[in-house]
Formats: sequence, C-alpha cells, structure tokens
Amino acid sequence: MQHLWLIPALPFAGFLVNGIFGRRMPKAAVTATATGSVLLSLFWTVKVLLGLGTLEHVYLERYFTWLQSGIVNVSFDFAVDRLSAVMLLIVTGIGSLIHIYAIGYMGHEHGPNHGGYYRFFAYMNLFMFFMLVLVLAANYLVLFVGWEGVGLCSYLLIGFYFLKKSAGDAGKKAFVVNRIGDFGFSLGMFLILIHFGSLDFGSVFGKAATMSPEASAGIITAICLLLLVGATGKSAQVPLYVWLPDAMEGPTPVSALIHAATMVTAGVYMVARSSALFELAPVAKETVAIVGLVTAVLAATIGLTQWDIKKVFAYSTVSQLGYMFLGLGVGAYSAGVFHIMTHAFFKALLFLGAGSVIHALEGEQDLRMMGGLRSKIPLTCFLLFCASIAIAGVPPFSGFHSKDAILLAAHHHAPWMFWVAVVTAGMTAFYVFRAFFLAFLGNYRGQGHPHESPPVMTAPLGVLALLSLVGGYFDVPHYLEPMFHGGHAPHETSLVVISVAAGLTGIGLAFLFYVAKPGLPDAVSRLFGPVYRLVYYKYFVDEAYDAVIVHPARDGSTAVLWRGVDAGFIDGIVNGVGSVARSVGGGLRQIQSGYIRRYAAWVLLGSIVIVAAASFLGGAR
Amino acid sequence: MPFQLPAEVPLSWYLILSAILFVTGAAGFLIRRNIITVFMCIELMLNAVNLTFISFSNALGKVDGHIFSFFVMVVAAAEAAVGLAIILTVFKNRATLEIDEVSSLKL
Repeated sequence: MQHLWLIPALPFAGFLVNGIFGRRMPKAAVTATATGSVLLSLFWTVKVLLGLGTLEHVYLERYFTWLQSGIVNVSFDFAVDRLSAVMLLIVTGIGSLIHIYAIGYMGHEHGPNHGGYYRFFAYMNLFMFFMLVLVLAANYLVLFVGWEGVGLCSYLLIGFYFLKKSAGDAGKKAFVVNRIGDFGFSLGMFLILIHFGSLDFGSVFGKAATMSPEASAGIITAICLLLLVGATGKSAQVPLYVWLPDAMEGPTPVSALIHAATMVTAGVYMVARSSALFELAPVAKETVAIVGLVTAVLAATIGLTQWDIKKVFAYSTVSQLGYMFLGLGVGAYSAGVFHIMTHAFFKALLFLGAGSVIHALEGEQDLRMMGGLRSKIPLTCFLLFCASIAIAGVPPFSGFHSKDAILLAAHHHAPWMFWVAVVTAGMTAFYVFRAFFLAFLGNYRGQGHPHESPPVMTAPLGVLALLSLVGGYFDVPHYLEPMFHGGHAPHETSLVVISVAAGLTGIGLAFLFYVAKPGLPDAVSRLFGPVYRLVYYKYFVDEAYDAVIVHPARDGSTAVLWRGVDAGFIDGIVNGVGSVARSVGGGLRQIQSGYIRRYAAWVLLGSIVIVAAASFLGGAR
Repeated sequence: MPFQLPAEVPLSWYLILSAILFVTGAAGFLIRRNIITVFMCIELMLNAVNLTFISFSNALGKVDGHIFSFFVMVVAAAEAAVGLAIILTVFKNRATLEIDEVSSLKL
C-alpha cells in the first residue's frame, strides 16, 4: 500500500481545521495549516510516485464498496498511472506555489465576513481535495465526485467577494453553466453503465476494445459526445465557455489555480482519460477537434480587444483550452496533456504576475490605466515577460514545445486545422504582448504609486518562471506515449518554422501597434469599425444567450410555472381543499344545533331505521 | 324458592306495558319543553327497559336480566344526581327551564 488516500486527505484535513476553527485561529496558524497541508500533499505525491517507479501498469488501491444495487456496483478506488501522475504533480505543485503566493496576495483580507483570510484558504484546501480526488479516481463516479466538488469550490471562490453583486452573479453563472455540462456528463455515465455494466476505467476500456465495432459504434459515439458536453462545461469550450471570463471576479490566486491551471483542464483530462472510447468514435473525436478549434479562434479574437488585464488572460485561457481540445481531437492526447502542463506553468505565472501588478496598483485592472511599470516593478515585469514569451511559442521555451506538438498533429490530421491554429497562435502572441506592452512600456497613465510585491509573492513566481522557460524539456509526450493509441505525427521542420514565425509576427505587430506607433490601434479599429465592435462586445454571445435562453426561461417560468402552475394550479388545489372542507363543515354544522330534543329525535329515528332494517333483512330472530 | 309471576299473566302483557311506558317516555322527551319533565321521561324510558329485562329474565329463568337491571338502576341514580345538579345550575345561571333556550354552552 502506498496510501494514495493521504494525497487528497491532507488538504481536506486543512479544510476542516481552517473551516471550523479558522475564525478563532491566529493568522499565522491559518497560513501554516493551509499551505502546510498542500505542501505535505505535494511531498506525499512525490514520495508515492518515487515508490511506484516507472508506472508501467496502473497502480490501483481499493478502499470500499460504495454503491451496490442491481447492476450498479461502484467501489471507492484510487488509481495512479502515468496520466494521473503528471496531473498529480501539476495540481499539487502549482497548488503549493499558488498557496504560498496567496499568503502575500490575500494578506490584506480581514474580518470574518467580507474578506476572510481563513475562509479563502479553507475553500482553496477544499478545492485541492476535490481536484486530487478527480485526478486519482479509478472510475467515472469517483471522478464525478471530484468534478462536482471543484465546481462547488469554483462557485464559492468566484463569489468570494460576495458583497459585490457582480461577483455573486459570476459565481451563479459559472455554477449554472457548469450544471448544463454536468447534465451531459451524467447522461454519458448512465449510458456507460448500461452499455458496459461498470464504471471502472479498466473494465470499461477493456470491454470497449473487445466489442465488435459495428455493434457499439453508435452508442460509443453517443457516450463520447455526452462526455464532451461535460468537458465543454468544465473546460470552458464553445458553447459553454461564457462563464470563464466572468469567473475573473474571484481573487487572482483563484483565477490562476482554478480557472487557468487546474480545474478548467479537468475536461481535457477526462477526455484524455477516456481516449480508449474516443478512439472508437471518430465522429465524436472530430467534434472534439472542431469544438477546440472554434473555441481557440473565437476566444483569441475576443482577447485581442479586451482592456481588463485579467479578461485578456481569461480569454487566453479559453483559447489555450481550445488548443488542448484540438490536440485531443486530432489524436495527440499526449500533446494535449503536455499542453495542460506547460499552460499550467505559464498561465499561472501570467495570472499571478497580473495579480502582482494589480496588487502593486492597489486593485487597478484596466490596461489603459497602467503603462511604464517596467521601471516601477521590474521584477514582476521580468517574470511576466518570461510567461509571455512562453505562451507566444518562442523557442525554446515551454509553450513552443507543447503547442508545436499539437500543431504538428493537427497538420497530420487535416492541414486546414493547422493553418487556422497557426493564425490563432499569432493572435495569442499578439494579445499577450499587447497586454505586456500596455502595462510595462510607455508612460505611466495611472495616479497611484506602484510598489513591488513582497518576496512571498515573487518567489513562487520565480519558480513558475523557471518552469515556464524550461518546462518544455520535461518529455511528457514520450512518457505518456504508451498510454494512448494515437499515432505519432512526423516532425516537419517547415511547419515548426511557420508556427514560430506566426508567433514572432504576433509579437512584432504588438510592438508596432502599442510601442512604435501608438496611434495605429485606434486607426485600425476605426477602419474595421463594425467588426471591431462585434469582437469588442464578445460577439454578443452573452446577449444572445440572454435573449434566447435566459429571458424565455425567466419569462416562461414567471408566466407558466409561477403564475400558472404554482399560483394557479397548486395554490388552487390547496385553497380548493380548504374551501370544500369549509363548506362541507358548514353543512354538517346544521346538525349540531344544540337543541337536545332534536338530537333525541335523530337517535330515535336512527334506532327505528336500524331495527327495521334488521327485521326486514332477517337479522332479528 | 324464588318468587314466581302469576302464571295466568303472559309475558306479552309485560312487554306491551313496557312498550307503552317507553313510547310515553320517548314522546314526552320529544314533545315536552320543561327540562324537569324531559328528565322524568328519561327515567320512564329507563324503567321501561328495566321491566323488559326483568320479564325476559323471569321467562327464561336466567339471572342476566336482573344483573342488567341493577346496572341500569345504578346508572340512573348517578344520572339523576348529576342531571339534577346540572338543571339547578342551568336555572341559577339562565333563570329558565325551557330546554330550547339552552341550545348553546356560551351565555
């Protein structure tokens, strides 16, 4: 036994201690509990993985039978294979760094309600618990527990500043949109259970491989499409991506940990985990690729026009998640997971760096109010530069390696996907450097006095910066190769050159637009006026959803469900029962007149009737 | 040697007398308005029933009817005590013995 359960149990213990006693604990104790439990979890993960060696086979630990009823037989099992090993290291590693960073970032939070230092860390630890359950799960149902749990923590942390209405609304939006995805996921699970009679990854994939393709192709396609619906909700893909940009209402460490590095990659992880099924359903696989590509392009274009630094990175996250789905859809599962890892490095760094900027400017998030920060917060500037060149795909930094693996696989699958993805890569480089140049070059346009963040914040950033730069040399694709069936795309130098050129062009254009000729962006946006406005207002997707789904649902609920069903029908039943009882009682009340002689007459009449009936029926002998 | 009814008086005569008494009582109960009269009518009905019990008991040579009639007497005695007390209280509070005036417990 390697005691895998300790990995999630440690953060859960931290959650219990901070959640129950945190209010009365000194701040240092809260910090030590929260950060310590996650660090211990990281330590235990490393120890377990070292103990398990090369992980040629899945290492499974069975704990107890959870549900047993008819064909449903689910046990609570944890398993580690190479895929979950990579994810475990990402989650605990990035999680630890962000917990340390949050000590500094959340240091100003006080009071039991608004703010609430201990509340923040309790939720963060709970999130770590559920995320690790998700990653360690050995069957779909345990995975679903983690899946729902991280959704809950995401909701709690987006709405962390709950006195602000927009934060509460964003939390609710994330929760509701995720419910739609989870509905698809649960339907997929039911289909798996009916079709395979089990939810264990091992037996499901084993049975899927031995079934005749003709007999099961349709149902496996249905399963995969439903799982994809779940993944689009959790991983913010078209059409369910709308919650992620709003989720930036949460504190920045939350954006970095949950809405960039870990939780939103759960959908990618789940699809990669189910690769054995997706391989049998080419239609579903193609859908994954197209959803990913559409998301990548759509989000990247929106990212070009945003002014809020966190919104830029949020759309960037959506776009990069689209990349990962593209990788999965074209069969490069290992490249997709590789991109999860490198993205976790540089996107966490981007968000935490943005947090450092926001912290320095005391809450200012608008790029138009920044500028010239290079000299004021040089360390943050340098760290964000590392992240920017990593995401832009400049060789030899981490983003280059993973993005290229995906691009090559896309070209191998369908060349047009490669070209679309390359253009998106150029846009990625452009919007990231646009944000970077707007924030750090030029002249300072704000009023405050920026100050560099404390070492407790910059130290984790340093580690992340190092990982962003060299993370591409962790040979994850090679390590994961035995897990997946997908073919290896041939290496073509010309394609690599094209994608690097796209990235450099993006950077160059950003430099031209925002440093060399600052008047150019306005001119261009005027030139493409209607198109610019369409993109600036995010293609009016939120408005369209409001008009097509939210308003009809609300008005329909008001007219039919509230006024009709509830006030009309259900209240009608209740009031009807009451008034019938009242009128029947009113009738019966007449008998209870209080006149004794009338009662006596009734008694006499009754006895005469009974005696007469008995006589006629022959009862009285 | 137990007491024997004269043989020349048949059972049916006793029953007819009892029926006449009972109907008188019942009719009085329904028709009369004075509480005291109503009360006496109840006693009349009870005793009509007692007479029936005794007659059958004698005719059948069993003691069950005697026992029942004793029960009826005990209950009638208790009822008389409680009933007269109620009548007194009613008269004290409402200054009337008209039975239809006492149709409500509330004053």
